[in-house]
Amino acid sequence: MNASAFPQAGHRLYVIVGPYGSGKTEVSINLALRLAAQGRHPALADLDIVNPYFRSREKTAMLEGAGVRVIAPDPATAAADLPALPAAVWQAILAQDLTGVLDVGGDRNGARVLAGFAGKIDEQTPAVWYVLNRTRPGNQTVQQALHSLREIEAYASLRVTGIISNTHLLHETTAELVLDGAAFAREVAALAKVPVAGYAFPRALTDGMHGLHPQLPLTLYMNRPWEMNMGEMI
Amino acid sequence: MSKELWKGNEAIGEAAVRAGCDAYFGYPITPQNEIPEYMSRRMQEEHRVFVQAESEIAAINMVYGAAAAGMRAMTSSSSPGISLKQEGISYLIGAELPAVIVNMMRGGPGLGTIQPSQSDYFQATRSPGHGDGRMIVLAPSGIQEAVDLMQDAFDLADRWRTPVMMLADGMIGQMMEPIEWKQRPAQPPVDKPWAATGQADRGHTNFVTSLRLDSVDNEAFNQALQEKYSQIREQETRWEEIDCEGAELILVAFGTTARIALSAARKLRQEGIKAGLFRPITLWPFPSEALLKAATQPGVRAALAVEMSAGQMVEDVRLTLCGAKPVHFFGRTGGMIPEPAQVAQEIRRILKEGQA
Repeated sequence: MNASAFPQAGHRLYVIVGPYGSGKTEVSINLALRLAAQGRHPALADLDIVNPYFRSREKTAMLEGAGVRVIAPDPATAAADLPALPAAVWQAILAQDLTGVLDVGGDRNGARVLAGFAGKIDEQTPAVWYVLNRTRPGNQTVQQALHSLREIEAYASLRVTGIISNTHLLHETTAELVLDGAAFAREVAALAKVPVAGYAFPRALTDGMHGLHPQLPLTLYMNRPWEMNMGEMI
Repeated sequence: MSKELWKGNEAIGEAAVRAGCDAYFGYPITPQNEIPEYMSRRMQEEHRVFVQAESEIAAINMVYGAAAAGMRAMTSSSSPGISLKQEGISYLIGAELPAVIVNMMRGGPGLGTIQPSQSDYFQATRSPGHGDGRMIVLAPSGIQEAVDLMQDAFDLADRWRTPVMMLADGMIGQMMEPIEWKQRPAQPPVDKPWAATGQADRGHTNFVTSLRLDSVDNEAFNQALQEKYSQIREQETRWEEIDCEGAELILVAFGTTARIALSAARKLRQEGIKAGLFRPITLWPFPSEALLKAATQPGVRAALAVEMSAGQMVEDVRLTLCGAKPVHFFGRTGGMIPEPAQVAQEIRRILKEGQA
């Protein structure tokens, strides 16, 4: 297998967890689009019941156009912040002809929704990835990050199987910051006794990232309103 | 100090802690729930007061109590919850109590939506609650500015013995941005000889009230209040101007829509259309003098107010320009956010159709 292929192993189910602001939704969307391009029939389930804005369900039209099935609350309640999930989440978890991607809400409270599904999720031998961003308060030391990872595991009743390094400052992300975050992710991974499953970074920085494998260059979709339809950022 | 990525609501909570907020009282409502959530943990760490009250009304009256006892007190909510606090805000004004109130606006009227809006401008800037009161209203357009203004808010409240509102919208509360925690110069302790802290060395207890049954007294109080407001207008008005010099059109917008308007202006520069941005930072006092100056510069043909409302701040723009220039309005309502391309199109239309 190509050392830089992403995702490395062909899991049937990917569970994306992590603190608020770690970049779970961008990682989930980019992963789902990549799986679609690989012909693996991804189903992206938006399990975020803790955030009222910036949820993957907002990108349903784009995702479905690219061949990603989106499982999200019924349109009648999609704009609410009700702690309710559609039954179709089970399809992402169980349907053997689909590759499931679960985009989970932030922190331990966001991860709590997984507990009810955990037994069935485990049976799929899933990839459970903890997305790590060192610029977020509460994730700045190895001990803090490990604590947050273990807490999410406890609330989700699932074991994390890999770390996605995604240290970023949105549009102020530099190559230096990404590489510093990558080294940090390796330290956290070593202590957690799991591999770094992937290194994510803004696509524009790809040239400086030859040393990172496997890698997931990100196209950012969850833009703020003044970044829409303009092809430029401020 | 390197930058950190913070969510708006959490950052506002942390900024309040760093500004010396002694007591937080709140009640949950989306899209500001991360403020009480954050404060419930941080205030405990600092051995300060956090209370989740039984209602918004209870929370604002707890703020009154803590402020009367000389504490730095705050509450936060979103539009429907702020409506409930109006009576309490009027009492704070009537008792000349310092307090900080955060409003992360959402689309109304009524329960409306949890999506962002700016349609509480009237409520915040006219007369909060009943009576002839005003409060300082600060409108950040990003998270760094929200953090910096949050720290100023407590100082302004103490300095002028007035409630100060941080008026932002759900987008600013929910989005994340890189910020830097600046080292603030140490603030001298604020003397509050009026606070109800027992007899202390005074030989008498202080009595904090907004009740003045004698109309002669009450009018004298009102006159003093208006005199204070004149001083606040003179000393505390804040705004920002971007590319207003040489502009054909002045965009007037605050908070989130100022970012959107700026995107539109920058896009239009590439087409040779010159639009500048005038951004009020204090909504009350409204920066009228500065806006009049910016909008009557040679070459300016019109002003365009952009808001997430049916047209509220635009009334202050019209009052300011008073016919000196045509004033146009573009707004989205109910939780919808204007797109930069829509604003750019509106500017092209105004300038091309000669309506200016």
